[in-house]
Amino acid sequence: MTIDATDRKIIAATSGGLPLTPSPYGEVAGWLGLTEAEVMRRMQRMQVTGVIRRVALAPNHYALGLVANGMSVWDVADDQAETLGAKVGALEFVSHCYLRPRALPAWPYNLFAMLHGHDRAEVEAKRSDVLRLLGDACHGHDILYSTRILKKTGLRLTGEG
Amino acid sequence: MRRTPLDPEMLDRTDRAILNALQDGFPISPHPFADAAAALGLTESDLIARIERLREIGVVTRFGPFFDAEAMGGAFCLCAMEVPQDRFEDTVTLVNAMPEVAHNYERAHQLNMWFVLACEKPEGISKAAARIERETGLKVLLFPKLKEFFIGFRVAA
Repeated sequence: MTIDATDRKIIAATSGGLPLTPSPYGEVAGWLGLTEAEVMRRMQRMQVTGVIRRVALAPNHYALGLVANGMSVWDVADDQAETLGAKVGALEFVSHCYLRPRALPAWPYNLFAMLHGHDRAEVEAKRSDVLRLLGDACHGHDILYSTRILKKTGLRLTGEG
Repeated sequence: MRRTPLDPEMLDRTDRAILNALQDGFPISPHPFADAAAALGLTESDLIARIERLREIGVVTRFGPFFDAEAMGGAFCLCAMEVPQDRFEDTVTLVNAMPEVAHNYERAHQLNMWFVLACEKPEGISKAAARIERETGLKVLLFPKLKEFFIGFRVAA
């Protein structure tokens, strides 16, 4: 997944989004002194290697009514955690899904899944769905609701190596 | 970013079709709006104008490439702390003052402060965590990502 200085320039130029013009990749190419074909070729390559996860429109889920969310955490048997984690991540109400180390004894949970719903009750219903999916492999679980955003900054992209 | 629901009347069927279709992907091609518009039965200029409006009214948070931050060389780690209630606000001030702290949330749990450290290099994470422990006198639990799963998240518009 190596990227070079030109890739970084493309990343920096598009990190705020694509320009809303008929040929957005040509427009970006113009800013950087590249050809449209080269920008497209490099972006396609970055998409294949996973540097670009996808090119898409991200709806604001709050604006569309999905205002409730909770960080659900699960203690899942290690030998099944990867298989079950993949199933949980694929659910359409889960926006992030990771395996993380436990911090025993305080923290027995190894699977983290962010659940979204229109209200708290819907999030709790989704939590029951996940519990059913995990079945006997789940040895314990909890959900953490955020009570306050203390800090939120965008990811800084410098475009430097 | 807007965090309250929009009046549903502000979106018509075409807006909803655009939101539903383009969250799955947008082409990398010489005329991607024309390509995407054709699939939706719209003209190129109508699609561009509607995306512009959806962005203005805050229904679209981002339109373009989504990058894997780690693939670009950064290091990230979710961290948690158990902060005594009477020291919470002082601790927020200390933690938020660190440029490495990207997000910080108060959560209803014994571990009541959850933040993400973002550093240029992996070794920056343990250094930043150690500094927070030194400055706050509180233990920082590190929850680095061991495995990330493909996400099927969709917002029905």
